[in-house]
Amino acid sequence: MNKLFNKIGTLAVLATVAVGCGPQEKASAQLLINGAGATFPNPIYQKWRSEYSKVDPGVQINYNSIGSGGGKQQIIAGTVDFGASDGPMSDEDLAKAHGKILHIPTVAGADVFTYNLPGDPKLKIDGPTIADIFFGNITKWNDPRIAGQNPGVNLPDMDIVVVHRADGSGTTYIWVDFLSSVSKDWEAKVGRGTAVSWPAGQGAKGNEGVTGMVKQTPGAVGYVELIYAKQNKLPFADIKNAAGEYIAPDIDSVTKALAAAKIPDDFRFSMVNAAGSGAYPIAGTTWLLVYETQKDPVKGRKLVEFLNWALTKGEGMASALDYAPLPDSLQQRVLERIKTIKY
Amino acid sequence: MQATATTQNMNALAGQRLSQRKFGDRAFRWFTLLMALSVFVLIVLIGVKLASGSQLALNKFGWHFLTGTKWDPVHENFGALPQIYGTLVSSLIAIVIAVPLSIATAVFLTELAPLWMRQPLTIFIELLAAVPSVILGLWGMYVLVPWLHDHFYPSLKGTFGYLAIFSGPISGNCMLSAGVILAIMIVPIITSVSREILRSVPGLQREAAYALGATRWEVTRLAVLSYAKRGLFGAVILGLGRALGETMAVLMVIGNTPQIKASILAPGTTLAGWSALQFTEADGALYLSSLFELGLVLLGVTVLVNALAQLMLKTFAGPGVKPQH
Repeated sequence: MNKLFNKIGTLAVLATVAVGCGPQEKASAQLLINGAGATFPNPIYQKWRSEYSKVDPGVQINYNSIGSGGGKQQIIAGTVDFGASDGPMSDEDLAKAHGKILHIPTVAGADVFTYNLPGDPKLKIDGPTIADIFFGNITKWNDPRIAGQNPGVNLPDMDIVVVHRADGSGTTYIWVDFLSSVSKDWEAKVGRGTAVSWPAGQGAKGNEGVTGMVKQTPGAVGYVELIYAKQNKLPFADIKNAAGEYIAPDIDSVTKALAAAKIPDDFRFSMVNAAGSGAYPIAGTTWLLVYETQKDPVKGRKLVEFLNWALTKGEGMASALDYAPLPDSLQQRVLERIKTIKY
Repeated sequence: MQATATTQNMNALAGQRLSQRKFGDRAFRWFTLLMALSVFVLIVLIGVKLASGSQLALNKFGWHFLTGTKWDPVHENFGALPQIYGTLVSSLIAIVIAVPLSIATAVFLTELAPLWMRQPLTIFIELLAAVPSVILGLWGMYVLVPWLHDHFYPSLKGTFGYLAIFSGPISGNCMLSAGVILAIMIVPIITSVSREILRSVPGLQREAAYALGATRWEVTRLAVLSYAKRGLFGAVILGLGRALGETMAVLMVIGNTPQIKASILAPGTTLAGWSALQFTEADGALYLSSLFELGLVLLGVTVLVNALAQLMLKTFAGPGVKPQH
């Protein structure tokens, strides 16, 4: 019996020690700001997080990339200090929150049309053709609608295998947002969302899953983020924009799309198929979601300081990670909006 | 006088010991009962949570959720039939491949293998069980599926293409690939449980058969396998349980398309895989609720399959050795 009590005693001591050594102790000295959401901007948010700890050692920012859906839900529930999402929140979701939520655009990225063809030819393609490929209406690579846009390219008589994301994703949102903007049929039958009911093809998990499937399947076509395609040296097509030019995706052409996009006052905007010369059409921005009225004055002030830093100094780190920074005009508008946060 | 006192002391001590032991026994019994009950409580809690989470979808779709074939988050129309179908078919394929393989291996290990070979082989089989499913999935995605797609499936289709299950275009990521990966995952569990069961078949059983002049094959078939069939059936059910719920490895090779196709060379999806894929970005209350209902359906399918298996066991199999696990 005594032995048992001894054991329990030892366990209790051990437990106390374990709790005392945990992260809680460190946190009590620092102010902890928690964020969660989109996976697409995770690399740059992690960069900001670690850089900002040098700027203000009193604040520790945590960012948990659980996905845009989770980010929206957690900011509605108020379990995080800021959320993050690749798609704007719906009016229905905004109404559920206990306070006004602001959309703060941070950086923009692009989706590329990647493929697996013998000899890796450089392709040019327009939106309606992509929509018909993803509908399953165009089934061969040497279809006249593809060949007509690519004179001089020897396209094989090969089946097209469509690969799409099977998990919900901001990358998908940008892709179907673009297809909906160029094809009425797509908008009506499939629509916009982070996950949709795909009319054709097969699904893979994550950018790496789509890449893997495209690489292994001759004749496959899929969409991945620009950053991912560049890092893995995938071939990708030039896409016809609203001005009728075939544009290659890069930081410059995405920033041009951002500058050309019509951006409403609440920053819930879509930049696909933006009407501007040199603008890449399949691009989208990503948002931080914060409450306009902060409950905790100390935390609120620190959060605003961080947002100001991210939208100025932080923007400068974007292009090194292949994200397009906000153009100056938009940056100024966003900074003005951050000033309205009350704490 | 002194002696009496000592005896009394000893008696008192013994009495104390006895009551202590009684207390110990009782405490032990209550403790184990509590532990055993906690499993039950946990399952009930999971069921209750899944049911409450899926309330919205249950109210909206009712039984149509089980017969619907669309999964459309944009228009909020959800049905789980392709997922249920995929779960059952991929597990069935796995069982068809894994059962002969595992039982043959177990027979070899207990009846035929030379003694020096048994231990190393057993260790290897148990190592296979320890490979994390995501690793198997990656291997499946980068090694197995391309090979099956380039070499095995075309010849399969060439030979049996007239059968509906091998019709249509060949997709590397398909129901059959998922079945093969699942089979690899459940072979170790079926093999090691079967091995334990075959080992527990009494030696007398074999000796009696040999005494009657039976050959090795006849001994194995008549004396060992038929004696152990009940237990072996249990081992298969354990494997089936694992196959039904497996998530990661399956979603990496199945093609993740909610559709019902006669061909097992076409992509499909499973209840577990589809839930795992869709959870992260599920905004919208009905969407999330439908995912909860997928979980509820999976729980239901698992319970139903197990109950059916128990029923089959009672009806078809005679007496014999039960699984030890």
